Amino acid sequence: MEINSREILNEGLWRNNTSLVQVLGLCPLLAVSNSVVNGLGLGLATMLVLIASNASVSLIRHVVRPELRIPIFVLVIASLVTAVELAVKAFLYDLYLVLGIFLPLIVTNCVVIARAESFASKNNVGHSALDGLAMGLGFTAVLLVLGAIREVLGRGTLMDQADLMFGASAQWMTVTVLHDYRGFLLAILPPGAFIGLGLLIAVKNVIDHRQKSTARQAVPAPSQPSPVASD
Amino acid sequence: MTLTRHMLRSALLLGLFAVAGTGLVAFTYLGTKDEVDAADRAYQLRSLNAVIKPELYDNDIFADAIEVTSPDLLGSETPTPVFRARRGGQPVAVAFICTAPNGYAGPIKLLVGIYENGNLAGVRVLAHKETPGLGDFIEERRSPWITAFDNRSLTDPEPKFWGVRRDGGKFDQFTGATITPRAVVKAVHNALKFYAQNKERLFSSPNTSEGLNGNK
Repeated sequence: MEINSREILNEGLWRNNTSLVQVLGLCPLLAVSNSVVNGLGLGLATMLVLIASNASVSLIRHVVRPELRIPIFVLVIASLVTAVELAVKAFLYDLYLVLGIFLPLIVTNCVVIARAESFASKNNVGHSALDGLAMGLGFTAVLLVLGAIREVLGRGTLMDQADLMFGASAQWMTVTVLHDYRGFLLAILPPGAFIGLGLLIAVKNVIDHRQKSTARQAVPAPSQPSPVASD
Repeated sequence: MTLTRHMLRSALLLGLFAVAGTGLVAFTYLGTKDEVDAADRAYQLRSLNAVIKPELYDNDIFADAIEVTSPDLLGSETPTPVFRARRGGQPVAVAFICTAPNGYAGPIKLLVGIYENGNLAGVRVLAHKETPGLGDFIEERRSPWITAFDNRSLTDPEPKFWGVRRDGGKFDQFTGATITPRAVVKAVHNALKFYAQNKERLFSSPNTSEGLNGNK
């Protein structure tokens, strides 16, 4: 089966999205998505790990025997995560303080080992790195959307604390969407994360469903005089 | 035997990857060590300077510290560092960490600065798990509440007014959150008592501590 780059991107960003379809790595997703900046920080760090781990696993895929692959994948991923954690601590110290334990915990994000096992160990380096990028982007996108929903509903702001990530000059990025907003606690607390993610999955399913039904209607077009999608 | 050879080769491969992985981590650690140390130190200094203004002292505040333990007044069994600010060798102020053990969602870690005369230089929250949106007004970036402690002392307000308004004290509480400020006010009051009882010792003991998080 020939795999092309468009397919890989589509898989990671939409059709096989880690959070909305595979529903993997929910612990960091739910915990860190209480604001856009936190979500972006963890999403980018996870993406970096995914790209690097997919590429390295793909590089060594002919060397590693099947019975040894899991311990070796874990070893590779753990080393990469530690390296990323150190880098974030060195260059984005404030973000490091905010993300705290969730940075080292990228090791336990099953998305990383799932992609190593199911994709990178069977494909070439370029495609594997691209798969890491696509999966990471998909994860980051969900973190961003969920973070934005929770931040706007919970605090009435967007990109609050942007300076943690982009330096003190980035404070202009913070947007107060709702002025004099008293806040909606539920959105910030863990239940808000579950409800928000549930809604996102539902929205994705609705969109997929619609696409499928319009595609079905489009094929036997001649037999139907007016193919109007009604739902 | 092929089995033994097979096992040996597997072990060798695994060992090789262990070495490579450790190598990567060691390499990154060495490469980022200076930046990490500088960031750690800048963060600690920023916290300290929030409670004791840097223009008030001229010593190296990190190098001038001792460790103390006082479960009753500082709320923690583990030793915590006391940093001493001096100007021209004369004591100016101290800063130390104390814990309010009875927050709504667990202990609240505070950094307290006290001038030599016993007045509060400032208080900042270092770590807490209070409810976001309800109990987090104790953070300076969310509300100026914590600055109400500035320049207070054991006699201002009088001991019976060292509490939140609900308890007949002088300090504000917030709607829906009384436990959090009550815990903080009590901890700050205890920190002042600790200072009053140990003032001489705090300034005269030789250095022993190794920094805010125990790492230099």
